[in-house]
Amino acid sequence: MQEHAIVVIGGGPAGMAAAVAAYDRGVTDVVILDREAHLGGILQQCIHNGFGLHKLGQELTGPEYASVYEEMVASRGIQVYHETMVTGLTAERIVTAQNRQGILKIKAQAVILAMGCRERSRGALNIYGNRPAGIYSAGTAQKLINCQGYMVGKQVVILGSGDIGLIMARRMSLEGAKVEAVCELMPYSGGLTRNIVQCLEDFDIPLYLRTTVVQIHGDKRVQGVTVAQVDENRNVIETTKLYIPCDTLLLSVGLIPENELTRGAGIPIDPITGGAMVDERCETAVPGIFACGNVLQVHDLVDYVSEEAERAGAAAAETVLSQSVCREVLATKAGFGVRYVLPQRIHKDGDVSLFLRVTQPFGKVRLTVTAGEKVLASVKRIKAAPGEMEKITLKADALAQATDTVTVSLEEIK
Amino acid sequence: MVYDILIIGGGVIGAMIARELSRYQLSVCLLEKENDVACGASKANSGIVHGGFDPEPGTLKAKLNTLGVPLLYRAAEQLQVPCIQNGSLVCAFGTEEEPELEKLYLRGIANGIRGMKILSGDEARLLEPNLSPAVTKALHIPSAGIVSPYDLTIAAMGNAMDNGVELLRNFQVTSIEKTTVYHVHSSLGQTVQGKGIINCAGGYADKIAAMFGDDHFSIIPRSGEYLLLDKAEGNQVRHTVFQIPSKEGKGILVTPTVHENLLVGPTATAVASPDANQTTPDGLAQVQRLAAKSVPTVNFRQVITSFAGVRASEAKGDFIIEPSKKASNVIHVAAIDSPGLTCCVSIAQYVMELLRQLDFSLIEKENWDPYRENIRAFSQMSDEEKDAYIQKHPAYGKIVCRCELISEGEIRAAIRQNPGALDMDGIKRRTRSGMGRCQGGFCGPYVMGILSQELGIPLEEVTKNGGESRMVLERIGE
Repeated sequence: MQEHAIVVIGGGPAGMAAAVAAYDRGVTDVVILDREAHLGGILQQCIHNGFGLHKLGQELTGPEYASVYEEMVASRGIQVYHETMVTGLTAERIVTAQNRQGILKIKAQAVILAMGCRERSRGALNIYGNRPAGIYSAGTAQKLINCQGYMVGKQVVILGSGDIGLIMARRMSLEGAKVEAVCELMPYSGGLTRNIVQCLEDFDIPLYLRTTVVQIHGDKRVQGVTVAQVDENRNVIETTKLYIPCDTLLLSVGLIPENELTRGAGIPIDPITGGAMVDERCETAVPGIFACGNVLQVHDLVDYVSEEAERAGAAAAETVLSQSVCREVLATKAGFGVRYVLPQRIHKDGDVSLFLRVTQPFGKVRLTVTAGEKVLASVKRIKAAPGEMEKITLKADALAQATDTVTVSLEEIK
Repeated sequence: MVYDILIIGGGVIGAMIARELSRYQLSVCLLEKENDVACGASKANSGIVHGGFDPEPGTLKAKLNTLGVPLLYRAAEQLQVPCIQNGSLVCAFGTEEEPELEKLYLRGIANGIRGMKILSGDEARLLEPNLSPAVTKALHIPSAGIVSPYDLTIAAMGNAMDNGVELLRNFQVTSIEKTTVYHVHSSLGQTVQGKGIINCAGGYADKIAAMFGDDHFSIIPRSGEYLLLDKAEGNQVRHTVFQIPSKEGKGILVTPTVHENLLVGPTATAVASPDANQTTPDGLAQVQRLAAKSVPTVNFRQVITSFAGVRASEAKGDFIIEPSKKASNVIHVAAIDSPGLTCCVSIAQYVMELLRQLDFSLIEKENWDPYRENIRAFSQMSDEEKDAYIQKHPAYGKIVCRCELISEGEIRAAIRQNPGALDMDGIKRRTRSGMGRCQGGFCGPYVMGILSQELGIPLEEVTKNGGESRMVLERIGE
């Protein structure tokens, strides 16, 4: 069995930023295990721009953003195992992996989970009808088009208005396909406003809200889909059924953090985020195991993934260097209008950032952080939407007064 | 050349008959209309080894079921097909259903089934804690089991081919004429000649029979819809849990699969065509509702896929396994609905008896090998064994399907073995790549690339299941 100070599982934006941050905190024995042949994870197929505005102060494509971090990894001499799949993790931080050279077992002082997420598949949706070729999750289609250079279809319906679905509507249009419609089950889009404007409106692609795909037609290849509106209980309104001929159905219906390894190690998972329960240092309930990026919570912007991963990397380094001390812990909780708050527990030690998503679109709101009767922080937002992650920073002196569960709640204001 | 025997249809029955024939000094060719074997009912059924309490005593079904169970377990072992004797429970809900259970018990005794026992509701819940509190009695059949039906079909065909049987795919029989031998023509204009013919055409067995003038039976296609749930739900039950069977079928069952998923279904709906394998909102809702009646704790948010299979039933309700009434050296093996999978080996052996009564002398080969290695053997190895294996075969070190942990080596083996996978569904059924939580989202593009490379075809010609089911349409920029 090999030994390393820190093992990072996953070489996407989270894994790279975490490894670099750990190295820069003084732990040089860091290795990254990545299942792909090249670092960067899903960024490599995101050839559109919009990455790095917050974090790097410039607008980059996905591969460009990845290359900035690849360079940081390479210049520090951080060891990377490519095409290496981690198949097991224990609470004692023993990592089992395999690649073309054989089986690898590593005992680590700290492990950083950065495996990312996967797309929800058709099966989870219970769309009835046939099972022909031509049904892809949006990310799979994106990979085939952008990385392998093949068109998946010519006439397309997209179900789900998350960011990947919106970006693929534009991408397919740019390659000459006709995108007939983007259907969204909810009364609002789950994507960023800028993507609705730039990917749909600029291309005259209709967005049908409160609409879903109910049936798939076609024996060998998709020939069409039946879409229908839903009522407030999400039941299909039969009279609104509409047949749309198409050869391709793309699904962009949600992302699921890939936490099979996490569960295998016995790490508790938050049922709302689908990721591990962590503190403000991204440490899970199992000491020495940290989580960051989309395996912890699905982010809207990669810039925030990098920031979160830097916190995880620095904290893992502190653990290895025995710099962390035991401090008082408070739980966090989502109050009115808030779907979840991350981290799920915080230590009273310095400034702490809370990340959250709201339950539905709101106009002008105030977000208030309380602990019992005490108000720890309060911020206003002109609008709030589930598609955009919110961040509130608690100052150390405010946090010092708290003795109770820290709750974030929302109120609409005029 | 003129084959001794032509088999029409590559479902589990055709494949198992091919394997049985491969013991003998005969030239045999199996004709399959699809791009692979196991593309009809054999890929979409409950995967149950039925105990044998259900068929009416004296029927062919009753006889072949009782004979078939031990034969099936043995064949599965020889072919390294996943198969588990997990036992089954038939549940009665309330006093009005309990006499039915008694009837099934007595019928089972008449059919020669051993070890059955009627349990109280509480005794049943000791065996299966998630069973509904509404279950008042249950019939326990310890000999029942579960098997992967498409694995079994592919393995039987592969073993037959390893022993000399040939397979012609995309050969849809359109007409048959007789001179001194039979000339079988396909939709693509090919012709194959044979001295004898075994009709195992499943949903189309009546159409094939009619080509010989046999029009005394007609197949009633009956669709069964299923939901397959994630492995997280696989331990809801250990036994296969049935409800009281009805005329249409054995009711909605809840069962673990040999791959540790949970399977619930099927419905039983008459449909227009053997190809009508669409799922419907009513059907899937019915599956959910009735499955929850037996096991209320099933979490349907864990559904990973739904599918429908069309079984080939017939009005009289029994198997039809008989020589043609009009043509010589032709055997029909038709109306093989439940418990057809359980009976596949006993049916094949029964067909051998019929062949002996016709013009065929069955002389055993000296070197017949009943064993076949499953390419998934790698996944069962210990870490040390895997490490040693990867040193020799590095492709097994590269994981392609991350949900089911399937390696590139296994995928290449699936294309190179008998019968080799030619499409995405073929890879999926042989390796389980793409059968997991992400349903091929991540591994799909890799598997397409491997198929293209191994088969020497451009990526645009890689299909999901043959014909027009192309995965991508064209190269960008050309």
